[in-house]
Amino acid sequence: MDFNINTFEKLLNICESKNKKIYEVMQEKEAFDFDIDVESVRNRAAKNIEAMKSAIKSGMTSKEKSFSGLCGDDCVKLQKRYKKETSLFGKIYEKIITYALATMEENLRMNKIVACPTAGSCGIVPAVIVALSEEKGLNKEEEINALITAGTVGYVISAKVAMAGAVAGCQAECGVASAMSAAAAAQILGGNERQKINAAVLALKNILGLTCDPVGGLVEIPCVKRNVFLSIHAITGAELSLAGIESKIPPDEVVDAMVQTGQLMSPLLKETSQGGLAVTKNGLLISSGTIR
Amino acid sequence: MKQRSLFDVISPIMTGPSSSHTAGAVRLGLLARNIYKETPKKIIFRLYNSFAQTGKGHGTDKGLLAGLFGYSVDSEKIKNIFNEPSLKNINYTYEYLQNMDRHPNAVDFVLEGRINMTISGNSVGAGNVEITKIDSFTTKISGEYNTIILFYKDKPGMISRVSTIIQKENINIASLDCDRNARGQTASMCICVDGQIPPKVISEIEKIEDVYFVRSIKKLED
Repeated sequence: MDFNINTFEKLLNICESKNKKIYEVMQEKEAFDFDIDVESVRNRAAKNIEAMKSAIKSGMTSKEKSFSGLCGDDCVKLQKRYKKETSLFGKIYEKIITYALATMEENLRMNKIVACPTAGSCGIVPAVIVALSEEKGLNKEEEINALITAGTVGYVISAKVAMAGAVAGCQAECGVASAMSAAAAAQILGGNERQKINAAVLALKNILGLTCDPVGGLVEIPCVKRNVFLSIHAITGAELSLAGIESKIPPDEVVDAMVQTGQLMSPLLKETSQGGLAVTKNGLLISSGTIR
Repeated sequence: MKQRSLFDVISPIMTGPSSSHTAGAVRLGLLARNIYKETPKKIIFRLYNSFAQTGKGHGTDKGLLAGLFGYSVDSEKIKNIFNEPSLKNINYTYEYLQNMDRHPNAVDFVLEGRINMTISGNSVGAGNVEITKIDSFTTKISGEYNTIILFYKDKPGMISRVSTIIQKENINIASLDCDRNARGQTASMCICVDGQIPPKVISEIEKIEDVYFVRSIKKLED
């Protein structure tokens, strides 16, 4: 497959003309580009899923705090609540937000996670894929299909913008992770190729302008909880899309809007910790170590 | 933006907390290690801009050191690398600098030992990195491909002699970048290839007259 997949339109055209699913097109392209077989691509994806699961598992049991002492004991609190009472939205909701939190807390402990697309947004894709997989009883191959679908969304967006808060704010980190997860959810829930991309784009549209203003420059406040929120955000994208509700702005134009928004965003709000939450009274007190 | 791999988006499996500031730092260290190929006696890490401002909280300092001594991005040692017994006798220091001409996440490895070398690089997002300079020469090393780097005397025919050696082994060149200080002075060549680089290619290139320095830099595994 000796061509680029740098727009969603191109991706969907290839899927339609070859009558293939998004993950099939992407795994074939990856295999071609790196001169390996499709099986190796899928094995690497499987390895990532295993690492995601083990981060969730260890994250759910640990109470160890980060070096800053700011975060690290929230996932235990959340599970304590669910032992007493069920979430309003049921088991699957509980699992998604628990897994997102568990993964992000492993990250701030300097333990092992999978950057997806970045470490600061590493909780979202695993939370959605693993929770849905457990609740829907997916097999290993179906999990891989979902992860490659998610990855394809990030891959296409990365043609236009680097996945870095310093470049386009949190849009390009948690925002993209949420879009990736929306597509993965639509894949798991049986959507067609257009619905998967539409799910991603609906999620992306709703995070435009999201800044990166971490307190003290740490991947802790607001990153940890933001991962939790945006994992649920992804499900909303998939739910709407599977109902046939479409973004009136086409996918590639939404990405263009996100790129432009990133360019217009002040550098003070792009991973420099010189604006937003980082310079609030308490943000600065936390940053200077005065309070924890 | 150049797209490279699906696994730029869903990878690496890494030690947290930041793909750019932790994993990127380790990968820059690994590339510097692959370029220097010796054990330095003295190291100065110069961190710039965001690397300098927020690096400590992200373990950037630990990552750079860990990478330079060969630990991978998912190593459990990174967290406590400052207490690692095998690094007890290494002389290393950190400098924190501000320079808006440099990338937001830039670093210089100032390495002293049998040979002295300064290697500069950037962490460009999602754990992806680039080595942009070796001493005063511009390079383009991302760790995505196996790469040959050489310094030589600027004169006609050098590219063709080098590419002939590579072609003889039936290796495809993915990209080729050259730079020079001035006409007739020292020049650099940076060649990314598909597949492996046999040691024979490097020893053949070393034999070319007026080639001063050759390195085969293995691509980063994750």
